[in-house]
Amino acid sequence: MTAYDVSSARDELLDPVISMRGISKSFGHIQALRGVDLDLYRGEVVALVGDNGAGKSTLVKILAGVHPQDSGTIAFDGENVSIPSPAGSQDLGIATVFQDLALCDNLDVVANLFLGRELGHGPLDEEAMEQRSWELLRQLGARVPSVRVAVATLSGGQRQTVAIARSLVGEPSVVMLDEPTAALGIAQTAEVLNLIELLRDRGLCVVLISHNMADVQAVADRVIVLRLGRVNGRFRAPEMSYEDIIASITGAMNLGDRKPDSGGAK
Amino acid sequence: MSAPDDTGTIGDAVAGFTSKLRGGDLGSLPVVVGLVIIAVLFQALNPRFLAPGNLVNLTLQAAPLGVIALGTVVVLLAAQIDLSVGSVSGLASAIVGVCAMRLQWPMLVGIVAAIAAGALIGAFYGFLLSRFGVPSFLITLAGLLGFLGLQLALLGPTGSINIPFSNPLVQFANTWFLPPWAAYLIVGIAAIGMLVEGLARRRRRARADLPLSHISITIVKAASLLVLLSIAVWYLSLDRGTAVMPVLFVLLVVIMSYLLRRTRWGRSIYAVGGNVEAARRAGIRVTRTLVTAFVICSAFAALGGVLSAARLGSATTLTGTADTNLNAIAAAIIGGTSLFGGRGNAWSAVLGVLVISAISSGLTLLNLDASVRYMITGAVLLLAVIADSLSRRSRTSHGRA
Repeated sequence: MTAYDVSSARDELLDPVISMRGISKSFGHIQALRGVDLDLYRGEVVALVGDNGAGKSTLVKILAGVHPQDSGTIAFDGENVSIPSPAGSQDLGIATVFQDLALCDNLDVVANLFLGRELGHGPLDEEAMEQRSWELLRQLGARVPSVRVAVATLSGGQRQTVAIARSLVGEPSVVMLDEPTAALGIAQTAEVLNLIELLRDRGLCVVLISHNMADVQAVADRVIVLRLGRVNGRFRAPEMSYEDIIASITGAMNLGDRKPDSGGAK
Repeated sequence: MSAPDDTGTIGDAVAGFTSKLRGGDLGSLPVVVGLVIIAVLFQALNPRFLAPGNLVNLTLQAAPLGVIALGTVVVLLAAQIDLSVGSVSGLASAIVGVCAMRLQWPMLVGIVAAIAAGALIGAFYGFLLSRFGVPSFLITLAGLLGFLGLQLALLGPTGSINIPFSNPLVQFANTWFLPPWAAYLIVGIAAIGMLVEGLARRRRRARADLPLSHISITIVKAASLLVLLSIAVWYLSLDRGTAVMPVLFVLLVVIMSYLLRRTRWGRSIYAVGGNVEAARRAGIRVTRTLVTAFVICSAFAALGGVLSAARLGSATTLTGTADTNLNAIAAAIIGGTSLFGGRGNAWSAVLGVLVISAISSGLTLLNLDASVRYMITGAVLLLAVIADSLSRRSRTSHGRA
């Protein structure tokens, strides 16, 4: 059983893209996050796991600019930042794919991909957007019949792909995926997992929230376990075992008192 | 995966169209079929229905309602509703009457004041909606009563202001007709414009290495527009000809259609109507989008009111009351704009208002009184809403929800 190995060579070479320290957030008298420390690096897949109400979604929403944290600091590329709005999060280079995908069913694939950041001065440049859409979807190996069909006509996996492709339009450095495989079949899940690896290989930091341990073990380089608003376990890829993660999620085991991912080295 | 091949001949276009229909994406087909049925039916009952003279009247009658319906389309696309368009149009006609007749201001000032009042009302609705989160249904229901009251107050105890026939506004709405050469010129410009636009689009797509539809489709579309409009102009010219007011209406539709389809603002209207939460997360300023939708709707309602006062040569307590409201909303829905938001286009105002006006004109020719007219218009509206819901259900079952 291994907790996270602080002296990993890679972590010393790279500085974290996002570094969160002492993040707390409460809603009324419910304390959703209590002093969470977390570092995220480029080129890795970090899985956030935990039981319902553990604080995973709250943590992601803070980074996505949906709610601000009550206390604690967030540094992006070493500089302290505040993320007051979804637009602020996007401007930093953090893209979020929410569980409900947030697609407009009535609009076509191109319009969805570029929603809120359409190309063209004055009138929309439909041709440039369509061309770029094909490029993006091709890079992701997506099988979409046409980029000019309404998103409503696509299958669940295709919709997920469109949502992920959309997160890439702004060329982010961090992509956060909230339960990307929850509603998908086996083949479609495999496609999305491939996609996640593709993003990592392109040097992005992928944050994955999932309840599905098989998915997490398949793609995650690191697993961060949240329990009752605290980090209750940190695991690194080859050494993590299913039993340990579950024990950490349920609270049978507590590994959370260590300093954050790279903190010991600094 | 690759882009579809460079096919897209007329045969493919037809095949694509029938597949869309089966999937429940009916587009404007039901309303076109409906118009043909209405025309055949009324023509059989009264041969004067399709006479050029009646059609000229029909275009004049349809234009003010069409302008109101055009604004309603925008609000419906954003998944909101404005129930007060009738009252706002009535108020606008009263403002024009008061400014031009009682205060003796120049006509143009009165028109501008009326439209500005409409825009202000829309901004007020948008403010209430975003500030207090009251559904637009209720806000505008309150507006329906409130602005009707204001209209009555403005008109005063006499309850009507006559605008003399010599007034340029009244002449514009009743006696301004395009000389045939000008009408054909406009038709030609429209067809050439469509052709040039289509070819430029093809060229841009070719440059971007995108799939192209066959060039014959572009040419056939422009040519059919040319032929259909020329026939219409020729037929109307057998009587008084093409009136200026309906041309103004169609021009406004063209402008709105462009704004809705080709600008960021239009995209944001569709996005807010389709999935408001998704639009917000994509960084679209939802409040601003909704305010602009209501401003445009009320401003068009006001312009429609001005035009109907001009058409009648008076602003009375009856202008904009009774059925104007529901006729405008019905026209938008009958024309194919979904009540559920996000689906439809500016042209549905034209199709819908043609249906409503054709029914009204046909029933008037048959000397049926208002009671029957209301019932029949109500039934047609019901049919349109059922068609909307059915096509939505069919889209769902074909995975196109």
